[in-house]
Amino acid sequence: MSNKILEVQDLTIDIPTPSGTLHAVQKVSIHVDRGETLCIVGESGCGKSLTSLAIMDLLPKKAMRTATRLELAGESVFEIGERRMSDIRGNRMSMIFQEPMTSLNPAYTIGDQLTEALRRHRKVSRSEARDRAVFLLEKVGITAAASRLGQYPHQLSGGLRQRVMIAMALMCGPDLIIADEPTTALDVTIQAQILHLLAELQREFNMGLILITHDLGVVARIADRVAVMYAGQIVETGSAAQIFSAPAHPYTRGLLACIPIPGKTERGAHLGAIPGIVPSLVGKMSGCHFASRCPEVQQNCTSAPIPQFEALDPGRSVRCLQAENAAMRSAGQEGVA
Amino acid sequence: MSEVVLEARDITRKFMISSGFMRAKRPLHAVNGVNLKLHRGEVLALVGESGCGKTTLAKMLLGLLPPSSGSLELDGQPLASLSHLDVARIVQPIFQDPYSSLNPRKTIGNIISLPLVAQGDKDPASWRQRAEEIMELVGLPRRVYNNFPSQLSGGQRQRVAIARALINRPRVVICDEPTSALDVSVQSQILNLLQDLRQELGLTYLMISHNLAVVEHMATRIAVMYLGRVVEEGDAETVYNSPRHPYTKALLGSVLTPDPNLGVPDTHLGAAYPNPLDMPSGCTFHPRCAQAMPSCTSEVPLPVPTGSGHVECNLYEEEQDKMRMTS
Amino acid sequence: MTDATKSPSVPQGGSILSSGLDDVLEPSPGSLMRKRVFGHTGLVIGGGVLLIIFLMAVLAPVISPGDPYDQDLSRKLIPPIWHDSDKVTWDHPLGTDLLGRDYMTRLFYGARISLLIGFAAMLISGVIGTTLGVLAGYFGGKVDMVVNFIITTRLSMPVVLVALAVVSLVGSSLTVVIWVLGLLIWDRFAVVMRSATQQVRGLDFVAAAQSLGCSTRRIILSEIMPNIANHLIVIATIEMAHAILLEAALSFLGLGVQPPDPSWGLMIAEAKGMIFFDAWTITIPGIALFALVLSINLLGDGMRDVTAPENRN
Repeated sequence: MSNKILEVQDLTIDIPTPSGTLHAVQKVSIHVDRGETLCIVGESGCGKSLTSLAIMDLLPKKAMRTATRLELAGESVFEIGERRMSDIRGNRMSMIFQEPMTSLNPAYTIGDQLTEALRRHRKVSRSEARDRAVFLLEKVGITAAASRLGQYPHQLSGGLRQRVMIAMALMCGPDLIIADEPTTALDVTIQAQILHLLAELQREFNMGLILITHDLGVVARIADRVAVMYAGQIVETGSAAQIFSAPAHPYTRGLLACIPIPGKTERGAHLGAIPGIVPSLVGKMSGCHFASRCPEVQQNCTSAPIPQFEALDPGRSVRCLQAENAAMRSAGQEGVA
Repeated sequence: MSEVVLEARDITRKFMISSGFMRAKRPLHAVNGVNLKLHRGEVLALVGESGCGKTTLAKMLLGLLPPSSGSLELDGQPLASLSHLDVARIVQPIFQDPYSSLNPRKTIGNIISLPLVAQGDKDPASWRQRAEEIMELVGLPRRVYNNFPSQLSGGQRQRVAIARALINRPRVVICDEPTSALDVSVQSQILNLLQDLRQELGLTYLMISHNLAVVEHMATRIAVMYLGRVVEEGDAETVYNSPRHPYTKALLGSVLTPDPNLGVPDTHLGAAYPNPLDMPSGCTFHPRCAQAMPSCTSEVPLPVPTGSGHVECNLYEEEQDKMRMTS
Repeated sequence: MTDATKSPSVPQGGSILSSGLDDVLEPSPGSLMRKRVFGHTGLVIGGGVLLIIFLMAVLAPVISPGDPYDQDLSRKLIPPIWHDSDKVTWDHPLGTDLLGRDYMTRLFYGARISLLIGFAAMLISGVIGTTLGVLAGYFGGKVDMVVNFIITTRLSMPVVLVALAVVSLVGSSLTVVIWVLGLLIWDRFAVVMRSATQQVRGLDFVAAAQSLGCSTRRIILSEIMPNIANHLIVIATIEMAHAILLEAALSFLGLGVQPPDPSWGLMIAEAKGMIFFDAWTITIPGIALFALVLSINLLGDGMRDVTAPENRN
């Protein structure tokens, strides 16, 4: 069996709206290996959260999901029934949301919520479930874990709640964790702690991790591989080192220029900017989605759909004609030499 | 040094928090003896975790909340002696969330000219023109004058909020996380705009933020708050390059620069932010401090002057002692 | 999560993010609203029926076949024209009542009373409830405590019993009924306006207005009120329907509108003896009352739907 935990091919999500179909996610293909961290990065509305919800089968009812392949640990999600799916969700893969306050039910104790999934999926005894809860709470760095089980979510701080969420995601020993902006609502110091914890646990339990974020700092520090999304498409993928040292897509370059980096950007100087706005994803679209904002736009960019260009480097792809041309040219030169 | 436009002297603010039915209320010291001086033209960044009192302090500086004790001066006059309208002419806020800071039922034109209406401006005929001038200055197209906030994007809304704050040409602008609700590409545009406006209009900013990369980029001075007190203050350069307080070090250590060669830092800060109702004894930071000494549990650190500001930490006790000797 | 919850409710992709100067503007709230209003079946039906009843009331003197007080015992209890009886006549399309008064005329004039009482009582209770609720929500603290106490006091009084007691004490007239109802049914206004105000008050644009030095009066009237007006309209419709039903109940019990004035509740009361023999004398005013209350409620429901777009999908 391969090491692939998740394999998604050509995932498309359409949402009907009064003014036409919103093509929220278009032919997104991703895969995650055991023990690997994939970061999906992009700005709001780019479809990154919908992608994760689609994998978890948690999309809003009216959203339509299609994909040529959606496999979890070699099992196709399409072929198994609703019951088997809900068995997989929370058991083989689990999700951590942005807002720990709203994703915990205020009416139940931490202990109830931690043990619920395990007892439903694994038919273990109450005391076994409790032991695992205490073990995991300690693992996520919560002191006096046993006494926390009787507490309610409102009695915990934001950072602690997010730790509880992580412990809850780990209860059934999942193969894959999807974390959607897990640290956005937290303070910087807590953010670093939570990310540190996630990375450590992932290594220890050898899980796949998909981290969805808009924060390039977080991406750089935690990702093995990165997928940059823009307007419903993946525009660039590659290893973190590749993406940050040699971004191939103009959008990735633009994003990197936008953020101030202590010690690198000159204090008080102008930051880079991406002019214009994200195009509407309603109705038919043609050509490169980024063309209207791209500083390097050429005539042929807007005429036809831009395919994913794979041959840049192994494991690397970019959806940009100019990058493709440049790569071809340099490859050609190498060939001559 | 240039003139002081805003000064806080030893201000505190406490709230009475009821701790349950029929139980006595307990004081919560949201701001606990803060001294701040804001010089004309500088950008003072106020950083700290949520719950450290940043927002309460900002509200006091805006005249929205009277301090429990201490004094505030705006432009050399005690804030208590100024009317709301006077204060509004000198200091204006820009809020974090441009979705809630604009009244959804009003047109952009009405929102931007509200300050003129509130001030009872004599010349209503000029309002539209003045609003359009300021819109141009902040990079808003004139044609959105009659549109509603829901028709604008997040970045444009933040520009509207900036235009509203600036139309009466205040001297001080208090920016409360001005970009943290915006997307990265929009954030940089707003930061650039704030820089330009500062130079063009001679503004002074007090910038509240937890994004230390943004702070580093914008600030000329930095004040670090912890549990209601400014524990370290100084030139941006100095604080960044040689932080002295262990808390400042931890904060700076947790900035995630986009460098794939570095891992996630371990801040050694402990998980728990202390309950402000039940503050730790001695130095309030000691339960989370990596460099805590036995004396920290009992001894309250005094401000020790540094080159460009001060630090409150028992590690610099010797200097403190020296200071006591000389005084 | 944000993507998932935002994108479906924001059809225009252009609004999702942006910045620059050249962008696609969404339609104005006004035109969006018109589109939603006319796309909402319940609202259109409710509004249409209410409009018909309103026209009936206003044009009663013009369109009525007779005079509501004109008695003619020789023509009593003529059935409506669809009845299979030799008494039916096009002079009285809906027949006549026990005293030979034209039923259609009385129905039209009765609509005036129902609408007048409903509207006036709603207005009085609206003013009281909104004032209390907005003040409590805006100022909070002690003001809130006092208002809450007043609301609780009011809620502990049984509306119908108190109304009965007052009406039987001071005597019954249209004005008395209006005031009694108006002074009794403001509680929902107060409760809803209070929580709506609390919500809006916490938003940054209120803080912005405060730091601009705006007076409290201006903040309440021009910043807060426009943002809670949608709740106000919804509650107003509910309370209007409520007042109309209460008036009918009071009139039925003989303590509301007094004979010979036509009121739908009174018409039902006067006909109750004939329920087994001439059922139409009850069903006609009953259906009218039902249609009126239903249309007002449909209108209110529709208003809530179209003014709170975030709640519908």
